[in-house]
Amino acid sequence: MNERVLRIAAPAVVLALGVLVWDLIVRINGVPPYILPGPGLVLTTLVSDWSILWSSLLATLETTVEGLLLAVVGGVGLAILFNQSRLIEHSLYPYAVILQVTPVVAIAPLLLIYLPQQAAVLACAWIVAFFPVLANTTLGLNSVDHNLADLFRMYGASRRQVLLELKLPAALPQMLAGIKIAGGLSLIGAVVAEIAAGSAGAGSGLAFRIAESGYRLNIPRMFAALLLLSITGIAIFALLSALTHLALRRWHESAITREA
Amino acid sequence: MATSPPAPVVALRGVGKAFGTGTLALDGLDLDIRDGEFLSLLGPSGCGKSTALRIVAGLSEPTRGTVTWSDPAARKGIGFVFQEPTLMPWATVFENVFLPLKLSGANRAAVHARVMETLARVGLADFAGAYPRELSGGMRMRVSIARALVTAPRILLMDEPFAALDEITRFKLNDDLVALWRELRMTVVFVTHSVFESVYLSSRIVVMTGRPGRVSGELVIDAPARDAQFRTSPEYAGYCRVASEALAKAMQPRAGAAA
Repeated sequence: MNERVLRIAAPAVVLALGVLVWDLIVRINGVPPYILPGPGLVLTTLVSDWSILWSSLLATLETTVEGLLLAVVGGVGLAILFNQSRLIEHSLYPYAVILQVTPVVAIAPLLLIYLPQQAAVLACAWIVAFFPVLANTTLGLNSVDHNLADLFRMYGASRRQVLLELKLPAALPQMLAGIKIAGGLSLIGAVVAEIAAGSAGAGSGLAFRIAESGYRLNIPRMFAALLLLSITGIAIFALLSALTHLALRRWHESAITREA
Repeated sequence: MATSPPAPVVALRGVGKAFGTGTLALDGLDLDIRDGEFLSLLGPSGCGKSTALRIVAGLSEPTRGTVTWSDPAARKGIGFVFQEPTLMPWATVFENVFLPLKLSGANRAAVHARVMETLARVGLADFAGAYPRELSGGMRMRVSIARALVTAPRILLMDEPFAALDEITRFKLNDDLVALWRELRMTVVFVTHSVFESVYLSSRIVVMTGRPGRVSGELVIDAPARDAQFRTSPEYAGYCRVASEALAKAMQPRAGAAA
């Protein structure tokens, strides 16, 4: 009980102090809003510009969710394919790594040339997000208990049964850990691509709003958009954590709280 | 015994197993598994008894020698219990026991009663909906035994199944296992390194030597009742002494090398 209160109260106090210090610095020094707006102004902007920011948030959120879904489908799908065929694994895995280690900021402008803008943004989100799903799921599929695998073999299980009844459930914890990382990365990929696409004009996501507000010296709106992005990231993480907990709570050690 | 022994269900002749690492786990192993017997393979750690069991189960291929089944159909009806319970942690007790039937394409509703009956046999009827992590070590092992029994195997192979359990739990499971063996009239092959356990359970003990593993001696335990009384009887102590001596003899020539 005490522990729980502390876990919520402590960061809340830090937040309150931070906002207070921020507000005091702006007030005491009389910092103009086009350099650093106070927290009050940011909140007011958030309310007054809500219609613009809300539609931008929806655009970014759509890209993020689509990127994440494609990352899950692609990552899990590739991991299964790798697990079933050594040849495919050895042929493709190095390229998955290359795609991962090449900074997406550097790829985004190229993608924007060759793809329609929305597709390019989505591709960026996918490129960043799919690798943790692939790597974690691959690890999970390869970590099956050997004796359990023997048991399946002894009872004449088909390849399909081994995959569906043994490997995928056994890989679920690692898969979910990968998806949890991918959720945050998908948002990052979407933001990076939107910023890169900013000059292309037609963008409307939150990151585009930030770039646009920067050009117009509308710093309060920049902060408001940034705040929304942060909240979105936190929400995605919380949602995926809850999902992981729900899926594993009955059986996996990670989801069990022990009494000391 | 005066009567001639029943025909072997499985006969291993000159079975050898060399691993890729160069280890020779078995060499020239001759072993008969007779119908309806409770056979213990007794030997020091690393003497290849588990390897022999895996070869009988078809989980491992011998590099030399032959494994002959008197009835090839019996080969399909094997139950195997590992040293660890080896349960699927994501599945309930019911699902774990249902697994062998599920893999052979059985309909859940059609075999529901059979799974529950098997669970009742190992005393876990009330735990069908529990997950393995909610059970004690002994209960997990019971689930593992139920899973092996659910296909009504003619031959049950057990690889040091109770080695990791505390003594009280082990005694209880020993008693239950003997009762199951009597009731179901199946053949049991039980791998152990415990002299006391093997004498208590078996109708026959085969003592093995290590590096490479082969049969060094054999002992028939001809005692009808296996209960607390047998455990404290001079008869039991006598068998244990004979088995211990056989085991000591098996370990002797290579004692230095094995250590």
